[in-house]
Amino acid sequence: MVSYVGDFDLAEEAVQEAFAAAAERWPRDGTPANPGAWLTITARNRAIDRLRRNRALAEKTRLLEMPEAVEDEMKGTIFPDERLELIFTCCHPALGLEAQVALTLRALGGLRTDEIARAFLVPEETMKRRLSRAKRKIKDAGIPFRVPADHLLPERLAAVLAVVYLIFNEGYGGRGDLAAEALRLGAALAELMPDESEVHGLLALMLLNDARREARFEGAELVLLADQDRSRWNAGQIARGRAALDRALALPGRGPYAIQAAIASLHMEEPRDWPQIAALYGELVRLTGSPVVELNRAIAVAEADGAEPALALVDRLELDGYQYFHSTRAELLRRLGRAAEARTEYERALELAHTEPERRFLRRRVAEVSH
Amino acid sequence: MKYLLQIYSDRAAAEFERLSEDEQSVVVGEYLAINQSPAVIGGEQLQPAETATTVRVENGQTILTDGPFVEAKEHLGGYLLVDADDLDAALEIAARIPAARMGGAVEVRPLVER
Repeated sequence: MVSYVGDFDLAEEAVQEAFAAAAERWPRDGTPANPGAWLTITARNRAIDRLRRNRALAEKTRLLEMPEAVEDEMKGTIFPDERLELIFTCCHPALGLEAQVALTLRALGGLRTDEIARAFLVPEETMKRRLSRAKRKIKDAGIPFRVPADHLLPERLAAVLAVVYLIFNEGYGGRGDLAAEALRLGAALAELMPDESEVHGLLALMLLNDARREARFEGAELVLLADQDRSRWNAGQIARGRAALDRALALPGRGPYAIQAAIASLHMEEPRDWPQIAALYGELVRLTGSPVVELNRAIAVAEADGAEPALALVDRLELDGYQYFHSTRAELLRRLGRAAEARTEYERALELAHTEPERRFLRRRVAEVSH
Repeated sequence: MKYLLQIYSDRAAAEFERLSEDEQSVVVGEYLAINQSPAVIGGEQLQPAETATTVRVENGQTILTDGPFVEAKEHLGGYLLVDADDLDAALEIAARIPAARMGGAVEVRPLVER
């Protein structure tokens, strides 16, 4: 049973990244005509990226090793009470996303231009141009240096949180220093905007996910949640994450970050509270309309109420061509003793699988349901 | 700061034609209201791009071309000149322009300060 959790842990992480991208793009470009499909495609692409990254992880971490000492030149010139204005300026939606991320790291993270360039694998000259173009636009176009008015705040705050989460996800994929930077930014935001639920929600989500960092890899290979060595989880960080989650849930207006953090928190408990996880995914589905989130809900329902109701949910989804849709459906069919159908679905998932460990797992499953 | 709000309204114009008379007068009312907001210091609607004449001078000779300079799907349909505190204020006015939600777009450009 546990081995099948495998695929969906990865699927879930891909979904989280798709959210990061969606949270960033939608306020700017407007919600796409079909948000569900967009999230699916993005989640799939992110999963592929992640798998590719994992393969080259060891090499990349070495390449991206950044010096510990970070110059404080810019931070020194900013009074603490100006940080909030500054982050809203850096993450202004009139700036391109890459510029927002670079500016935020430069101005609030205190990273040097060459460090940011290295983190995003672009030449220093390119990053220098990107930064100076962005700074010129801030000045010449009159991008304001202040916290947006109340009626603009939700949208602008979403953009800020998306930038921080994007930095975190870059780091989560192996660039630990960026994850640490995102955590620092998240903590600063929570301090500066103590009344915003989603700010605490994002901090909680990052802390809880990052707490498992050490346990997520064995060499360059991904280790799935259920198989992770819990003694390598960072207990202090989990406690801080849960405290942030409690604050997020106590405030009005909980959104996708707080809900994802709540799910992450429940996943770290043993035994897992599947009915509660399913309910939270239901809330996330209502907020996003995403079929990939609905697939995750079905997986939780399978654990809570059995394979039959879960299969009914899965069969309503239009996710043909999405690996985790087929592997989930296969697993549910297998549990229901419908071996022939399960085999067809495992084979379909196998065609779509991108990594050798996943293929090995699926081949094993195909063999099992073939007797 | 001054900003030029360039209104690209070709598609919005088609959308406008499909509206009922009552709905059209609401949209016209919105344009009038925006024109009267204190930040707006100028603005006009342009005749369609087919009426444009493009002028170049080469070696002292004036060369005229029938039509717009840039062949594009969308052409400038009008503009507003606004004097706003900052980009956010200009963007808010831009977002109120009906063309922006009717399939068109508004390009906001800061003016060089002198």
